[in-house]
Amino acid sequence: MAETVLSIEHVAVHFGGLVAISDMNFHVNKGEIVSLIGPNGAGKTTAFNVMTGFLTPAKGAVNYCGADLKGKKPHEIADLGLIRTFQRTSVFPNDTVYDNVLIGLHRQGELKGKLGLAEAILGLPRARASEKAQRARAAELVRWIGLEARANDLAGSLSYGEQRLVGVALALAAQPKMLLLDEPVSGMNASETHTFVQLIRNIRDRGVTILLVEHDMPMVMSVSDRIVVLNYGRIIAEGPPDEIRKNPAVIEAYLGQGAKDVVKEVAVHA
Amino acid sequence: MDQLLQHLVNMLVLGGTYALLGIGLTLIFGIMNVVNFTHGILYTFGAYMMFIVVHQLGLNFFLALPVAIVAGWLLGALIEITLLRPLRGADIDTTMLVMIGAWIAMQSGALWIWGGVAKSIDNPFPDAPLVIGPVSVSWLRLFVLFAAALLIVLAYSLINLTKLGKAMRATFQDSDTAALMGVNVSLIYTSTFAIGSSLAAAAGALLGPVYVVFPQMGDLAAVKAFAIVILGGLGNITGAVIGGFILALAEELGAGYVSSGYRDAMGFLIIIMVLIFKPTGLFARAERVG
Amino acid sequence: MKQIVTLLCLAFFASVPMWLTDPYLLNALITTGIFIIGAMSLNLLLGFTGQLSLGHIAFFGIGAYVSALTSLGFDVPIYGDFHIVHVPWPPIAGFLLAIVISGFCGYLVGRLSFSVRGAYFVIVTISFAEVVRLVALNWVELTQGPLALTNIPSITIGLPGLGYLVLKTKFHNYYLVLAVAAISYFLISRLVHSHYGRAMRGLMENETLAVAVGIDVTKTLTLAAVISAGIAGAAGSLYAHYIRIIDPDVFAFISTVTMVIMVVSGGKGSLAGPVVGGVIFGLLPVFLRPIMPPEAQWITYGVVLIVILFVMPRGIVPSLAAKLGLARAGGTRRASVAVSERTAEEHA
Repeated sequence: MAETVLSIEHVAVHFGGLVAISDMNFHVNKGEIVSLIGPNGAGKTTAFNVMTGFLTPAKGAVNYCGADLKGKKPHEIADLGLIRTFQRTSVFPNDTVYDNVLIGLHRQGELKGKLGLAEAILGLPRARASEKAQRARAAELVRWIGLEARANDLAGSLSYGEQRLVGVALALAAQPKMLLLDEPVSGMNASETHTFVQLIRNIRDRGVTILLVEHDMPMVMSVSDRIVVLNYGRIIAEGPPDEIRKNPAVIEAYLGQGAKDVVKEVAVHA
Repeated sequence: MDQLLQHLVNMLVLGGTYALLGIGLTLIFGIMNVVNFTHGILYTFGAYMMFIVVHQLGLNFFLALPVAIVAGWLLGALIEITLLRPLRGADIDTTMLVMIGAWIAMQSGALWIWGGVAKSIDNPFPDAPLVIGPVSVSWLRLFVLFAAALLIVLAYSLINLTKLGKAMRATFQDSDTAALMGVNVSLIYTSTFAIGSSLAAAAGALLGPVYVVFPQMGDLAAVKAFAIVILGGLGNITGAVIGGFILALAEELGAGYVSSGYRDAMGFLIIIMVLIFKPTGLFARAERVG
Repeated sequence: MKQIVTLLCLAFFASVPMWLTDPYLLNALITTGIFIIGAMSLNLLLGFTGQLSLGHIAFFGIGAYVSALTSLGFDVPIYGDFHIVHVPWPPIAGFLLAIVISGFCGYLVGRLSFSVRGAYFVIVTISFAEVVRLVALNWVELTQGPLALTNIPSITIGLPGLGYLVLKTKFHNYYLVLAVAAISYFLISRLVHSHYGRAMRGLMENETLAVAVGIDVTKTLTLAAVISAGIAGAAGSLYAHYIRIIDPDVFAFISTVTMVIMVVSGGKGSLAGPVVGGVIFGLLPVFLRPIMPPEAQWITYGVVLIVILFVMPRGIVPSLAAKLGLARAGGTRRASVAVSERTAEEHA
């Protein structure tokens, strides 16, 4: 039996009278790559917001590594090693790529003990060593993600696909045990997407569990160990890609539209 | 008890003009998202217009009021066109600082032109107050109350019954969509600022004769207007009217039962309390999250 | 390179009293210096966390009153026969207490008001400053109200083996202010270049993302508010012991505006910005005074502020740096951000 990292139990979210998620149940095991898919408005991003503390569910619980996340603030959840990226605003636009990653290293910069601030301001040895280590780590991450050539450019000036990479780099900087990626390949071309799939596998091989929300069906099918399908706020199917591909309920609810997306994408990149 | 009744009457007179100030500012703040620091100077300007028309031009008191309102309208439109229109799309801090610059320049201008000595404005009402039982109120203050009430009704009708008002409300909801539907957003912004300014000028013109007129009189008025807007909720006209009366009540009771020195602290305390405990204002509608 | 420029500037400022003997100008420089310290502290909030505090003068004024009262002593009736009596302490104790108490007020204001942002934060801070001013005006037993606290002693520094040095002359005070300014500059510089500073910048640019990588909003903003308020309190204390008389007018809103103008014109978020903006706007009245009446000076002030916001919205230092090519791609910053936003929308 694999170790469960994240489990969503009976979660429901309402916006006023609107039900965004009704009774959602699923789990992610350690070392897995799981995709959460579903048509627009199915509640995927809402689910992410619940898991990372940006939204409080009306009902149900989110458990991460055995701890109930109820009432925890987003930064406290990040502190537990559950880190997410964002669909739209994935970078700090007015900072360089390198500085973006440095900001992401915030958790590493926190010195233990009460004197952290004084040490940092006076430049005491421990703070200096920590600063040096952070800078080295930032440079390493920028290299690893493949953006070395753009390290000193403002993140806001990068292409959309490159910004997604910066977003992932700064999420990695925060030392995740589990990474939630919100539509990471939207805006990437086919070759960028291909490289990104490789990257996701590399991240997993470093021991990070991954949950992603994505519209790009070929990408989802190739990268996922398991897929959870959401429609109208409830889970309609769950299983490995081959099963999901054949599931009639999924085809009905989703793949029709997904196929259209694929056609569109091919047209765009032709 | 008698004292309390007197405070309540004073509250009505004060609250009417506060409501005018608040409606003007809540329109500008709500529709344009501009923190308008010139609101107080428009109030001052209205009072000086009153002074000029009555004393320097020697014209009728009742004529001076519409003159002040129209002058406030024109000055507001001028400020919007020269300072705010070129900055459309700038962040709220930038427009706020520009408004601060305009406020400093205009207030110093008022000091330069009219001097720092407070001026009083004569009024045609009898000196003896109207006495009803334990309560006495001057005829001038009664006039102020009725004029303010009339202007509030006019502002209400403008926003709820006219085409312009409809376009203003649409812009408040969503300026991009309003623009797509054919609303001339630039014109709406100018109108909004001009109307808001004319209401501030009206408040100044009404209270000028009650108190005295001096260049810094608008500073406190501006802060009070902010308190009213925060109390009533952004862009909420009814909220602004109720907020105006609540502030007036708090000031009357604070001055009467705590210490007159802290009368003007009431507005600030209200702001701090409301923003800490109920940041959307007392009368805000519950909004959908997300 | 940057450090050399900073040190050269410091050396230049240190040399000023050697060749400038005009007491009027020296006085203008001292008060300007005090306001520059205030502007630097404001810049920490406005430029590095994006929070515009328009009540900043409250911390300055609290520092001034705390320092003055500590060194003057007081006897305040609280209830009935119960009095709080304080015997005068040395002014240097007042200076330190001013920093601590102003910093504590910064903590309170920060904790209470960072739940509201943008325009509302601005209005809360203004209100806080006005309430403090009204207290200073009305609590006559403690503050003398409008009658002012007078005869505030000058700061005295104990020199081991050499007795005491009373910093009474303009010459002394200039160096005192310069020293405090240099220390504040150094402190702020170290802070913003540490991971605390990066957390502040992250919050300013993209709060949601910053939170998602584990940055604690309340803690980070409160830290900035405490340090900012503490430095402003130090400036207020210097002011009280230099001018030696304070009344509730130290809380005037216009003083906050002066600091804001210094920061915005010089360049918010730039360490040198408040210094450059401060020197220009602090000395502007010196040059305007002979040629125009005070009202016209203020009109000029307002107009210059508007013109700077229209012409150089990012401030003098960043604009010049971009022109000289010192800053990283500064000029294209705006355009590129706009482009990335558009792409984001296309993909949404």
